[in-house]
Amino acid sequence: MTRWERAQLAITLLAIDPQRLGGLVIRARAGPAQAEMLAAVQSLDIPTVKLQHHMTHEVLNGDIDLTGSLAERRLVRRNSIFDCAPSLLVLPMAERCQPQFSARICQALEAGLGHGLMAFDEGAEEGDCLPAALTDRLAFHVILDDVALQDLSSITLPSSLDKIRAEVCGVTLPADLREEAVILAASLGILSLRAPLLLGYAAQAHAALHARNAVTEEDLKVAVMLVYPHRATRLPQDPEPEGQADEANPPEAPQDPTQAIPPSDLMIEAVKAVLPAGVLAHLQSTVKQPASGSGSGTRRKGNHRGRPLPARLGPKNSGARVDLVATLRAAIPWQTLRKISNPKAIGPIFKASDLRHKRYEIQSDRLLIFTVDASGSAAVARLAEAKGAVELLLGEAYARRDHVALYAFRGAESEALLPPTRSLVQTKKRLAALPGGGATPLAAGLAAAFNLAVQERRNGLTPTLILLTDGRANVALDGSNDRVQAAMDALMLAGKIAEAQIPALVIDTTIRPEKTLQALAGKMRADYIALPRSDAKSVSGAVASALAQS
Amino acid sequence: MKQPFPFSAIVGQDDMKLAMVLTAIDPSIAGVLVFGERGTGKSTAVRALAGLLPPIIAVKACPVNSADVRDCPEWSDVSDASVQSIATPVVDLPLGASEDRVTGALDIEKALTKGEKAFQPGLFARANRGYLYIDEVNLLEDHIVDLLLDVAQSGENVVEREGLSIRHAARFVLVGSGNPEEGELRPQLMDRFGLSVDVLSSTDIDERIEVMKRRDAYESDHEAFIAHWQSEDATLRARIVAARAALADLETPDSARRRVAELCIALGSDGLRGELTLLKAARAFAAFTGDLAVTDDHIRKTAVLALRHRLRRDPLDDSGSSSRVARTVSEILGD
Repeated sequence: MTRWERAQLAITLLAIDPQRLGGLVIRARAGPAQAEMLAAVQSLDIPTVKLQHHMTHEVLNGDIDLTGSLAERRLVRRNSIFDCAPSLLVLPMAERCQPQFSARICQALEAGLGHGLMAFDEGAEEGDCLPAALTDRLAFHVILDDVALQDLSSITLPSSLDKIRAEVCGVTLPADLREEAVILAASLGILSLRAPLLLGYAAQAHAALHARNAVTEEDLKVAVMLVYPHRATRLPQDPEPEGQADEANPPEAPQDPTQAIPPSDLMIEAVKAVLPAGVLAHLQSTVKQPASGSGSGTRRKGNHRGRPLPARLGPKNSGARVDLVATLRAAIPWQTLRKISNPKAIGPIFKASDLRHKRYEIQSDRLLIFTVDASGSAAVARLAEAKGAVELLLGEAYARRDHVALYAFRGAESEALLPPTRSLVQTKKRLAALPGGGATPLAAGLAAAFNLAVQERRNGLTPTLILLTDGRANVALDGSNDRVQAAMDALMLAGKIAEAQIPALVIDTTIRPEKTLQALAGKMRADYIALPRSDAKSVSGAVASALAQS
Repeated sequence: MKQPFPFSAIVGQDDMKLAMVLTAIDPSIAGVLVFGERGTGKSTAVRALAGLLPPIIAVKACPVNSADVRDCPEWSDVSDASVQSIATPVVDLPLGASEDRVTGALDIEKALTKGEKAFQPGLFARANRGYLYIDEVNLLEDHIVDLLLDVAQSGENVVEREGLSIRHAARFVLVGSGNPEEGELRPQLMDRFGLSVDVLSSTDIDERIEVMKRRDAYESDHEAFIAHWQSEDATLRARIVAARAALADLETPDSARRRVAELCIALGSDGLRGELTLLKAARAFAAFTGDLAVTDDHIRKTAVLALRHRLRRDPLDDSGSSSRVARTVSEILGD
């Protein structure tokens, strides 16, 4: 079955049972494939509701209809956009979906209104996809990025949809197939229990489509191809699974012989056939890196620019802008009352308590935390070059109005050379004056940077950690000169940084790339760059591009 | 409308179920925070809770479900003292809810049509004497969180806005659920939850198959499934009611109080709230198991629930807070 055929089938099954299947994610950039899918949705006999990211709170949750109320002189309410007959919700640019918005969609899907969701995910990068909470509730996920034009065919839906819909609930799912579905999910490392449920519904819909009243192995196999592949976090029976997923979630308890039923090869082959090369690695990376902020800063609230949020009563004299419509909305209900107490007034009567202020969500500033190894071993190697690279980066940071903090570690401890600042001159001065020599307390440096990152994140900055070192840690956290313990402490802190989802970058300053440092970067989920034997400019280029991605 | 999935029919997740039962026995425990991965049955359990809770007696016309006509707020103008038995309210606080809807506000309809200044009660009023459920609590807007913190602390909702000056009782059990991957919870809000549970999806195949089976039965053979499990729910409800009655006469020896204090000191949990909640939880658990006095066993079983979200985060300790509590418990209470 080709990709396009799978997409067709997914949309057909969704048309049969949108309520239980939840929906479909279509990952494709704008193009003919996407257009064809959209056309298919529109040709369905289910009404469609287009969702937009800038939809306000009033639209999503329903509110008072101001103009209607005034015109009719009675209270007129506007329903929430979700309050309608069972529909297919169409969400374009789903990768831009904010958690609040997606949570609202989840609630609408689960409210029992019979809605289904078509999410068009146009993410360009791998990590750029819609929130996992939403994906988990939708049965299908098709990738149409590299479907050739000649493969496209127009989608025809079965004419007897109503009849099939009536029959789908009567389709039975034999116990052994249900068991197979659960075992297969476990062996693919799919933890959510929604997956086998959705698989069952998809198999039922497929059976109904082929006028069967019980699910057969064939139905299940087709459903597996549509429901499981994108959820898989590992492949069973691989001699060496790529990720560490196995350590965290042991496969179905092998000690009990009755439980060690391997899922049938047929099903696994079905999943493998669908997984494009490299997708597993991508999936694992999405598992490892749950929804982290991207771009130059995460979001926070402000009152001047950005994506609009619901208006609020604000303190007077604040610099916030007045939301005229919301203010009118607040004042109108009072007019009858106020007119009674002040019959001579002409026009609407406003009071200070009516004022509503606009709020927007804006991107917060980024904080680059440079943690520089100034130990003897590093100084000998390339401290000067590292300094040069940092200086160039500082220039760029200044241009982007990023904040910068500087830590150096040498001897027994790490030292805060510069608290978070925007002053470029200061940073350069401190950096130039930084002497080299002494032992390498890598763990202490990491600990200091980590603490600062966590603290500044609370203050609304978005920290990024940049570590320049040769990785030859020889001082442990407790100050002892124990190489083994020092390396372990450093690794432990790297784990902490990864856990806190602080984006990081490790720059290796040794002449030959250092294996242990690569491992450390891996543990930190940081990008790793070996400082090439060239000028500082190319380093800065490499770093800048790595940062742009993070 | 379909009946929600019955509480007793939820497979596994014993901690989560226990935590909810404990708050049903002693509502002053003040809440459960359920954090966990997707698809672990968090919301199913909360929806099921409504069907499990014993009914309450409330004044018919009272907007805040008062038990006695004398407790009804003045502004509600309730004169009819007749009471009725109603289901314990379980009120949903949706993420997008506005301040007006949560605290209550001017009744716009009356103001517009009759020129009357009247108060329209909000979600806090409806949740009084019951439960307030917030799904995705970690995504809640900050200003709503602020409101919530205040009301959960004082048990009273005060509305001073738009020329209204209104107050009414708002005592409820707070139930929050969320996925920690999507955002952190403010420690101040975390504190307001008495108990906290970390739900993981089961890796046991048989258990997972059982989940599928029950879900299937729930959908395909709805009536029979509900009938079967409703009797189980009724048994559990009877135990909860019995435990509520037993709570008054339950003995709390000084040794138990000492144990609880020792535990909290050893863990360095912030404030006395942890101590108080653990004691309450242990008492509720003792009442639930039908014991006459609180013993170390009860404390052991409830310590993780009551304390795991109250620890200072230690960046140098690799193990999760649950295991830190468990370790300290076994150090102090023995195994």
